[in-house]
Amino acid sequence: MKYLYVAVLALALTSTFVRAQEAPTQMILQEQAPLIMENSRRTVAPAIAAVSDSGLPQAQDVLQAWQAKNLWQRSADGLFFRATKTEQNDYALYDFDSGEIVGTALSSDLEQIKPNSGIRALIGSALVRFQLQDPDPKRRRAALTSVQRNPGEDLLAPLRESLAAEPDPEILALKQRAERLLTMAYDADEDRRIAAVSQMAGDLGVDVRATLNPMLSTRQAVFAGPPPEALNIAETLVPGETIETSEAYDILVAADLAPPRVTAAQIRNALAQHIEGGTVGGVPVHRLDDPDMRLQAYAALAELGDVPPAPGPVQIAQTLAAHSFVEVYVEPSTRVTDAASEALDTIALTVGANQAVDLILDGLSLTSIYFLAAIGLAITFGVMGVINMAHGEFIMMGAYTGYVVQQIVPNHTASILLAIPLAFAVTFAAGVLMERLVIRWLYNRPLETLLATFGVSIALQQLAKNIFGTQARPLTSPEWLDGAWAINDVVAISYIRIAIFVLAGFFLCVYLFIMRRTRLGLETRAVTQNPRMAASMGINLNKVNMLTFGLGSGIAGVAGVAIGLFAKVTSELGSDYIVQSFMTVVVGGVGNIWGTLAGAAMIGFLQKGIEWFNPSNTLAAQTFMIVFIIMFIQFRPRGIIALKGRAAGD
Amino acid sequence: MTTFNSLLAGTLAFAGLAVPAFAAECPIKVGVLHSLSGTMAISETTLKDTMLMLVEQQNAKGGLLGCELEAVVVDPASDWPLFAEKARELLSVHEVDVIFGNWTSVSRKSVLPVVEELNGLLFYPVQYEGEESSKNVFYTGAAPNQQAIPATDYFLEELGVEKFALLGTDYVYPRTTNNILESYLQSKGIAEDDIFVNYTPFGHSDWSKIVADVVALGADGKKVGVISTINGDANIGFYKELAAAGISADDIPVIAFSVGEEELSGLDTANLVGHLAAWNYFQSAESEANTDFIEAWKAKMGDERVTNDPMEAHYIGFNMWVNAVTAAETTDVDAVRAKMYGQEFPNLTGGTAVMLPNHHLAKPVLIGEIQSDGQFDIVSQTAEVPGDAWTDFLPESALLTSDWKDLNCGMYNTETETCVQTLSNY
Amino acid sequence: MQRAYQGRNRSTVIFLVLLAVFTLTVTVLSEGVGNGMISTSFVKTLGKTLCLALVAISMDLVWGYAGILSLGHFAFFGLGGYMVGMWLMYERTREIVATSLADAPIPPTAQEVSDAVANQIFGVVGSAEFPLIWAFADSLAAQLLLVVLVPGVLAGVFGWLAFRSRVAGVYLSILTQAMTLALSLYLFQNDNGLRGNNGLSGLQNIPGLADVPQALVSVWFFWGAAFALGAGYLLAVWVVSGKFGSVLRGIRDDEARVRFLGYPVETYKLVLFTGTACLAGIAGALYYPQAGIINPAELAPIASIYLAVWVAIGGRGRLYGAVIGAGLVSLVSSWFTGGQAPDVPLGFYTIKWVDWWLVVLGLSFVMVTLFAPKGIGGLFDLLERRIAPDRHGADLGPDQGALREKEASE
Repeated sequence: MKYLYVAVLALALTSTFVRAQEAPTQMILQEQAPLIMENSRRTVAPAIAAVSDSGLPQAQDVLQAWQAKNLWQRSADGLFFRATKTEQNDYALYDFDSGEIVGTALSSDLEQIKPNSGIRALIGSALVRFQLQDPDPKRRRAALTSVQRNPGEDLLAPLRESLAAEPDPEILALKQRAERLLTMAYDADEDRRIAAVSQMAGDLGVDVRATLNPMLSTRQAVFAGPPPEALNIAETLVPGETIETSEAYDILVAADLAPPRVTAAQIRNALAQHIEGGTVGGVPVHRLDDPDMRLQAYAALAELGDVPPAPGPVQIAQTLAAHSFVEVYVEPSTRVTDAASEALDTIALTVGANQAVDLILDGLSLTSIYFLAAIGLAITFGVMGVINMAHGEFIMMGAYTGYVVQQIVPNHTASILLAIPLAFAVTFAAGVLMERLVIRWLYNRPLETLLATFGVSIALQQLAKNIFGTQARPLTSPEWLDGAWAINDVVAISYIRIAIFVLAGFFLCVYLFIMRRTRLGLETRAVTQNPRMAASMGINLNKVNMLTFGLGSGIAGVAGVAIGLFAKVTSELGSDYIVQSFMTVVVGGVGNIWGTLAGAAMIGFLQKGIEWFNPSNTLAAQTFMIVFIIMFIQFRPRGIIALKGRAAGD
Repeated sequence: MTTFNSLLAGTLAFAGLAVPAFAAECPIKVGVLHSLSGTMAISETTLKDTMLMLVEQQNAKGGLLGCELEAVVVDPASDWPLFAEKARELLSVHEVDVIFGNWTSVSRKSVLPVVEELNGLLFYPVQYEGEESSKNVFYTGAAPNQQAIPATDYFLEELGVEKFALLGTDYVYPRTTNNILESYLQSKGIAEDDIFVNYTPFGHSDWSKIVADVVALGADGKKVGVISTINGDANIGFYKELAAAGISADDIPVIAFSVGEEELSGLDTANLVGHLAAWNYFQSAESEANTDFIEAWKAKMGDERVTNDPMEAHYIGFNMWVNAVTAAETTDVDAVRAKMYGQEFPNLTGGTAVMLPNHHLAKPVLIGEIQSDGQFDIVSQTAEVPGDAWTDFLPESALLTSDWKDLNCGMYNTETETCVQTLSNY
Repeated sequence: MQRAYQGRNRSTVIFLVLLAVFTLTVTVLSEGVGNGMISTSFVKTLGKTLCLALVAISMDLVWGYAGILSLGHFAFFGLGGYMVGMWLMYERTREIVATSLADAPIPPTAQEVSDAVANQIFGVVGSAEFPLIWAFADSLAAQLLLVVLVPGVLAGVFGWLAFRSRVAGVYLSILTQAMTLALSLYLFQNDNGLRGNNGLSGLQNIPGLADVPQALVSVWFFWGAAFALGAGYLLAVWVVSGKFGSVLRGIRDDEARVRFLGYPVETYKLVLFTGTACLAGIAGALYYPQAGIINPAELAPIASIYLAVWVAIGGRGRLYGAVIGAGLVSLVSSWFTGGQAPDVPLGFYTIKWVDWWLVVLGLSFVMVTLFAPKGIGGLFDLLERRIAPDRHGADLGPDQGALREKEASE
């Protein structure tokens, strides 16, 4: 009703105000107004075609404005304009035909046409032939993106035309690639298609596979007797082997070649409708709780003709044997399908190899995250033997430090560079404080330390909730860490993960340097091996313990900044990592940083490996990973790299 | 002084007489059962504040049946058994007349037996998986056909998506929704191989592999779309990974059912512009009622606070309850329930919500594109869709219907024309 | 020695008398059978607290007496709950389905009944087939047996592997914690047939007792919990009183010495670990029908740490300490988080206990560990003027679980 009204109004308007000679664009828009206003991808195509096929010089402008959500309708008279916001907070209206400002209006008097992304893509496709030779390289690229997203037969000709005049070598390469892909899919000449296919074989791009796969799309077909010779058959299906018998029978039923099966529910309902004096088909009702009796009763009914007969297994087998089931290529040419499947096989091999590489990268990345989270623990637990359940909360403190710094210093790069040392300082201080107040009284009582630090952990977590709220806080990485390092369309890793990897490596070096090359490291090692002896050599036990614990906590804080950058900052951030971190240290072997690295690698790769086997259930991957770790520790209680001799302590 | 007191007492007694005889016991108590601590506090505290605001507003309008409304707030602390305990406490110790509460499905399942046993009245404001209809619960959030199905239709028809990745957190809402969607998509001619399903734990943060899997789906030349039922914090890592992988909404659109204005406030949305969410309400909806609602909310809670869909659900639910109590002239649960059917109340997004005999609302479905300011640009709005307790897209539940008005049954088998059960299966 | 034995006996008698008096008082004041001064929801809370006290006793046995800091005993508790929950849920649903199918014109087949029950329990999330773990769900006796067997077998296998490899001290704690995490993640998965995150619910509705009001059911369960606690306490006293108990304490303080004396240390540990897991399972089986719902979050690693903390606050190595710790901390916690505790206005800031209670609780763990290793139970030592032995600051033994000087009493 509404559209009818609009249409009538539009007609009225066109006849009075808009004359076709003076305003042809507006005229077309008015004709298409109902479709434009309906704003649905399903119906809008004729409107887009009307504009793009109008042959008017303004067509490109209109489409571009429409695509950029810049098309507005004036509510008063239904006319369309391109509008831009002015300084007075109203809108300047540009007429498409004249290109001039014809007035201003308040936003309440206008209606913005907001095409959804489906419509925008359609407009993009329509724009391709205008934009392929546009002087603006950005628009030419946009056109190519449209070609890539929605390839179509009609785009091939304009694309080829535009190749010769392309000045930019980079865009030219893109155009040539797009042309190859379109040739593969749509060219009329078989030889050219096959040539294009063999040319692109071995290319890893998703777009190549996306072009080849549809060429090999198939449909199922069923024939009484053997299939006709002329078909391009992909595969013959054998019921019971390559296709389930039930599935095959369903195909027959769907094609009206066999009577439908009768389900248990249908039997029950049919029986219920035919109860006569307490029996159905000669079977007393109370005995119908047995499936066999039901079948018997149903068969009796079928004989009487009251119900359709149920096909028995023998009948089904006979019907199946009398038919042949095939997968038929939609593409009729055998040569094309052969070439395409050959090319795909070649690509599949390379893709498989690259996926393995990608999985390794993912595993490495997860390893570095676990390692970074656990390296502080490798010091406090591994070296000093202190069970610090609040380790996760130190990670969280680091992440929140990053968040606070980012609130004060808005520049992302500067704030991250500032946040890392600051997070270290904050958690170092917290660690020293905790060591002085709690842990030093419990040095030979690890189980009590566990409980006391657990108390600290829940107190810190709740404090964080009280201060920052339960809502997740944003910690945004600097722009130069946005995006991913994409080697090809299969192997890619985000820069932020690379940064974490580098950070983990850096802290590995820091650890090694401090432990092996500095006095603090020497003293720490002495204290952990034999505190009494170390003390009698003049080492200040208190100071060494305090500094070592602070160091471990400080590194946890830095890990917090890194983890906050790639995931989230919440008060529960730490508890997500605490169990994994302890397992990392224990699995790797206590007291050895290489062990922790090995532990992190084992957990990271194990998890990614299991995820690869069962991509639909990440939770299962985590469960099995933990179970595996438990079993591993049972058989190798001292971890992957066990300390030997005096270093083992006991 | 004594005379004054007796005078006062007399006046009060007179005033008491003047109150119509049908008045319920004053004050009328409204139970609020939302977690104020623990993992769910993040979402539920907002709803507690919403309820307090609504009760305040109603009292300013003169209360209800001549009585003041009193909100009784308890904290079930995101602990599911505690929800049952607190619900029992509200109904039997505080003797509240109605409860507004719960967020997660598991907490609702925990409370269900208690409200059914004690014949209480619960308004549940969050979108959920359906397959349930209790005599004592009004579901003011979206059923799957009011959120998931229209969103999928939008993907199919407006965006032309041909291949689906259903990503969800591993709990009952995503599981059920994805089951329904799988069956729905297959009925729409999408092959089983073109539906990729993945479940992740709560708070999952390592998304690289899953995002890579989704990108790889595009290899057979079909347009890929992601339907996300990922819950809470995990979304942050997911969207960050999505942005890092450079996936634009034009290549692989993502539509989310659990991401609203609140969740976006923990994110930099610059890289997410164009991705979608489906709800029955967006803060950006333009209507007078919505402007007033947002204004009142900001005045109470501060300028940086946003409004969201479950808040609107409470707004509608509370006002419908007030109208039903007024119509029934009592707070008695059965009388109010009878008056709830057919209750109408204007939505904040325009149009009118109607309470159906299956205890669900008829509400419009909105689809919004994420903008760089953390708000949604509404790109599609349907007419009111009646909520369906038992989905039509799964064979077992397609036969079932719920009608508490005429059939007096929440699980009625239309094939055998019998009531399967009157109590819920929890 | 004689005195210590009498002392232990006296505490047992006092404990049992107090428990009986408490049970009687609650009964008399309950809604179900008494004058209704205590609401049904509070009777349930008290009944649940008694179950928590029982699992705390089992924790005290492994940690306080044998020095094994297990961070997995709450998982055994939860498993017990799951086992009894499966029967409760199956049977209740079967009753509903049977009533509904009885009206059908044609009697249902066994398969139809089973499918309908499965469909009700798993909804659309699972298949109509019952998963294998539900094989015994139709039999109360079998499921009650599983309440003991499942935690027992899990603890047995886990303990056998761990003790055999001489995993001890903090390593064992971390390993048990990993086990708990794995178990809770496993239960979280919908595919595994225990309804994932939703868990088993509606457990308070006992099949066949649909007409009995919850007010009465809650009192019955309260009695059951009180009886189980009394019996469990007696069992624990018996275990720790004899030679078995002495060997356990020996293992706690100096495992190597006990081993050199020829005792099979691993067997002792394994028997205790498995036995207490069974006890925890029983406590869980009584707890969850009162709570009404069990889901994987109940088994999260943090719950088991809390269990250890209760024992520490009550005073480890004495059974009544565990009971006091569990009862006090859980009741006080629920009081503070329930929003009933009054806010404390400080002028510039108002302390809301909902926000600050966990901070206080956390710091009090630290305080108890540092300054009052005997926990609340230590107060009784003050009353009886029992003093710690003077060992010049040395612990009772070299092992990580050994009692500290200040923890021990003559």
